[in-house]
Amino acid sequence: MEIGLNHYLVLSTILFAIGLVGVMKRKNLLLLFFATEILLNSVNIAFAAISHYYGDLTGQMFAFFVIAIAASEVAVGLGLLIVWFKRHGNIDLDSMTSMRG
Amino acid sequence: MFEAVAFYLFAFLTIAMFYIVVTTKQALYALTALAAGMIFISAFFFILGADFLGAIQIIVYTGAVMALYAFGMMFFDTTRDVKEKQGNKFIIVGLSTLAAILVVVIFAAPMVSENVVALYPIVEGVGNTQEVGVVLFTKYLIPFELAAVMLLVAMIAGIVLAGKKMDLSLTLMNSEEIEEAKKQKNKKVLS
Repeated sequence: MEIGLNHYLVLSTILFAIGLVGVMKRKNLLLLFFATEILLNSVNIAFAAISHYYGDLTGQMFAFFVIAIAASEVAVGLGLLIVWFKRHGNIDLDSMTSMRG
Repeated sequence: MFEAVAFYLFAFLTIAMFYIVVTTKQALYALTALAAGMIFISAFFFILGADFLGAIQIIVYTGAVMALYAFGMMFFDTTRDVKEKQGNKFIIVGLSTLAAILVVVIFAAPMVSENVVALYPIVEGVGNTQEVGVVLFTKYLIPFELAAVMLLVAMIAGIVLAGKKMDLSLTLMNSEEIEEAKKQKNKKVLS
């Protein structure tokens, strides 16, 4: 049985749905970041699969830039989380209501 | 045949690992499962012939990002069980599935209308890394440099944010000095 592009797109959909469930369900900000990583990775799979089945390298290029953005997001986000945890002692989303949002 | 077996095996493993990440109550289990899932995803890249991307996935994600998370978790209280929102599960799952299908439509719409043309076709007999290098340093040179500057900015931001009060070294102070610093309210070195 031949594996086609649709297989990869379906897998990417499933992983993206798992990541979205995580984003909506989690209250802890650290685990929210984990769910964001899942989202970025699922889209990377779709990029690489399209790049392979269309014989084009552009998809892989965009996957590289997605990885670079994920790395810098982690650095800044984790720094902010550490500052918040030093001040308030927890990283729950419900406690971050200082801006009355 | 081999490709199909590998695809289904790694698809099952990846989905299982990421399911653990979003459902477990222990932050450490989530971290470990996420690291495993990242490595399994790199298998897809190797199956698809994107060798360089697979190597980068392992190096950057499991090497750098996961190590950064592991170091960051030392600051947090990770032994406690994670509380979760009490929401309507059907709304969450329904909205997620809808959004995910939307993403696939965004990817699939140009293919159905057959607008996709290979701008940088893959040449037979040339390694993936060489091709990636040629395209990255010709067409995508400016985004590449911008990504480098962005990583530098992120590094400086991380140092500035996480490095507050790092002029006080707990390892170089003796215990009386640490007790004294504890008492001073505006120097929260130990909290």
